[in-house]
Amino acid sequence: MSKSEQQADIRGNRLDKEEIARNFGDLHPPLSRSEALIAADRCYFCYDAPCTTACPTGIDIPGFIQKIRSDNVRGSAHTILRENIMGGMCARVCPTEVLCEEACVRNTHEEKPVEIGLLQRYATDPIFDQKTSLFSRAPATGKKVAVVGAGPAGLSCAHRLAMLGHDVVVLNRDDKPGGLNEYGIAAYKTVDDFAQKEVEYILSIGGIELRNGETLGQDFTLQELRDSYDAVFIGIGLGSTNTIGLDRESLSGVSSAIEYIAEIRQAKDLGKLPVGRRVVVIGGGMTAIDIAVQSKRLGAEAVDLVYRRGPEQMGASRYEQDLAKTNGVTIHHWARPVELLGNNHVTTIRFERTALDSNGRLTSQGDPFEITADTVFKAIGQILDIGVLGTDAAGLEIRHDRIVVNETGRTTLRDVWAGGDCVAGGDDLTVTAVQHGKVAAIDIDRRLRGE
Amino acid sequence: MADLKTTFLGISSPNPFWLASAPPTDKAYNVNRAFEAGWGGAVWKTLGEDPPIVNVSGPRYGAIHSNERRVIGFNNIELITDRPLQTNLDEMRQIKKDWPDRALVASVMLPMNEPTWAKYLPMVEETGIDAFELNFGCPHGMSERGMGAAVGQVPEYIQMAAEWAKKAASVPVIVKLTPNVTNILPPAKAALDGGADAVSLINTINSIMRVDYDSLTMFPTTDGMGTHGGYCGEAVKPIALNMVAEIARTKETRSLPISGIGGITDWRDAVDFLALGASNVQVCTAAMVYGFKIIDDLVDGLSRFLDEKQLALDELVGKAVPSVTDWQYLNLNYVEKAVIDQDLCIQCGRCHVVCEDTSHQAITHTVNGERRFEVIDSECVGCNLCVSVCPVDGCISMHQLTKGSDPRTGEPISMEKADWTTHPNNPMRKTK
Repeated sequence: MSKSEQQADIRGNRLDKEEIARNFGDLHPPLSRSEALIAADRCYFCYDAPCTTACPTGIDIPGFIQKIRSDNVRGSAHTILRENIMGGMCARVCPTEVLCEEACVRNTHEEKPVEIGLLQRYATDPIFDQKTSLFSRAPATGKKVAVVGAGPAGLSCAHRLAMLGHDVVVLNRDDKPGGLNEYGIAAYKTVDDFAQKEVEYILSIGGIELRNGETLGQDFTLQELRDSYDAVFIGIGLGSTNTIGLDRESLSGVSSAIEYIAEIRQAKDLGKLPVGRRVVVIGGGMTAIDIAVQSKRLGAEAVDLVYRRGPEQMGASRYEQDLAKTNGVTIHHWARPVELLGNNHVTTIRFERTALDSNGRLTSQGDPFEITADTVFKAIGQILDIGVLGTDAAGLEIRHDRIVVNETGRTTLRDVWAGGDCVAGGDDLTVTAVQHGKVAAIDIDRRLRGE
Repeated sequence: MADLKTTFLGISSPNPFWLASAPPTDKAYNVNRAFEAGWGGAVWKTLGEDPPIVNVSGPRYGAIHSNERRVIGFNNIELITDRPLQTNLDEMRQIKKDWPDRALVASVMLPMNEPTWAKYLPMVEETGIDAFELNFGCPHGMSERGMGAAVGQVPEYIQMAAEWAKKAASVPVIVKLTPNVTNILPPAKAALDGGADAVSLINTINSIMRVDYDSLTMFPTTDGMGTHGGYCGEAVKPIALNMVAEIARTKETRSLPISGIGGITDWRDAVDFLALGASNVQVCTAAMVYGFKIIDDLVDGLSRFLDEKQLALDELVGKAVPSVTDWQYLNLNYVEKAVIDQDLCIQCGRCHVVCEDTSHQAITHTVNGERRFEVIDSECVGCNLCVSVCPVDGCISMHQLTKGSDPRTGEPISMEKADWTTHPNNPMRKTK
């Protein structure tokens, strides 16, 4: 064992059971009925409501809140889920502060919007808890559609296709369905195995066959799907992590944030999960915040998040940034890593200051500084592994490493649709992926019916 | 701070707030607590003949709640006192002795025969009470036995009983009216004709609160069956105010002093009643919902309001009565238009959608491609709907047109008054 590895202090059991339970409990506890009624009463029932316009899935928000107000909770859930079958997860993970709640007219004079996210959860939780059937299938069309990927885009597409009477086969790379809902979101945002509960609900409509452990490009090809199915929807997300582009990224202790988040989510006993004493996170998106806060909550002593630009440019919302700070994460803006130090295991990471030049390009300002670290997480985004699409993807237009689609999710291949993070022009949000899947399903249906 | 000392029918009390005859004045324990809290007077829970009536031992009350569980409307099926008369009389005597500066009024409900009135009233008066209030108002239970609202709905009975009471009593007699009538004026006139010294109104309104959504029975019930109760609380105030104002502004009844009742919860409600003609007010539901401590705000708020207006309490009484008239006398030449303050507007669009769906299509939703709500003067009839639904206080206001012409009708604005009585469309118009 080298000297640097001896210094690395990465271990489990930093916190006792109670602390772990507290740290990984529900980030926003659900509303009680009386809290929900009061919160619902604050909705003005706006005309052409700005919150609905701001929702990527176009949920009739004043409509579902009105139904909460009148104790018609099941009707409220139907209003939500008919537009967004993952309304339960979105209620937990949507950055509502930059979507519906930002648009709420209450902000004008009060700076306190209606708590739309929490109300949405109040309306939908009972549906998943009680497995209440809200949707049924149209008469069978005899058409068969393959959906690649069981993340938000794929499952949303599959559910809508099943509703419209088509049979669907979902091919999922992972052991469990859910995609990033299952593997990529902070544990305290979706407690009690909610991602699986939601998938079970989606599949319960019938007509959807889920095959886990089926990887595109390995176990089957796009061409095979095109040959055997009436249509194909690709919702494979982004498979690979970006690299920082430094010499020694393969040092032990340097890893991808998304992989460690998956470990946290799948851990049977969070307390035992090894976590570093000094953790550095590179990046400024939701994943960066999720890994930084979770590291802290697992017991890391110091967590530094370093982002090469300013707070306004961060992909994480202001709320998420504040969440990190209140959890004891130190955020450094305008700095980027230039060198990883350590023999076999990382010990230190060196940064330089950055600034924008007169053309708006990021430039080096020198003035280096170092942060000691036994763990470095890269949370600098993911990229589409184009290779999995195979050689038969000729004719499938790719731009900026993402699949090109039109507004209804059509790719440049006549029988192939795509949606979610793997397509160009998205915003990498669960809610947007759900909308992509829904819109594509409606378009696939139209095409299959020869309209 | 303005003095709230009030004299009603010669009865003085430190403030114009009396507790109405109801559960809060059922016994000495409650009334002592009320007077300690600062209430100006109490109308004792209605007395009846011995043996006392029996109340149900199940739900007597029902409520309509806001989502915050604020009680908006309230109803009850409680009857008059269910305690022996002598118990009540003993306690009333003691109370009057202990609280000589507070008004103590005895509410009575008796069968419709004179000997009963002649027998009981002197017994009650002997306790030292300041006045009688004849309960011709309760709409439930007792009315089935020919008392309460059953009397209050027949002006001849009111007059008859008022006469019996006046004959048997030496203290003033107040007649408490039921609102369960189509026109409040004949009962008020009957009270006056019967020699009553004042009226108090309103008693509660016939009501069923709702059904139970599980059992699909009415709610609440006693062993599965329910009966209509008397509705009260904040929701009934406008009904009460209209009846008070009708009596106060009508020539035949306006000499009657009025004790105003119906949904008074804070001092502003009291201002409403006083300005529309009541000389004092009675409160029940608000005390039953919040306890006696609300008297602090009632007294403090009213006193500060009078200071601000530089009015004495008796100057406030009836102040708004001259502004109440019949529809036919409203000035049809007067034109107002709604104006939306764009700096205050939060763009909820409620004004637009209600005007569009239910009124006159007089508010935009888009101006030059932008979400914007503006009044279209050429469509606006000045109805006040947008002002009523706007969630931002002061954002939409009504402004009078004083010159030019009304963009809606094209008619020139006239500063001359002209009402329906002379309008050319009125086949019954008066010619000058």
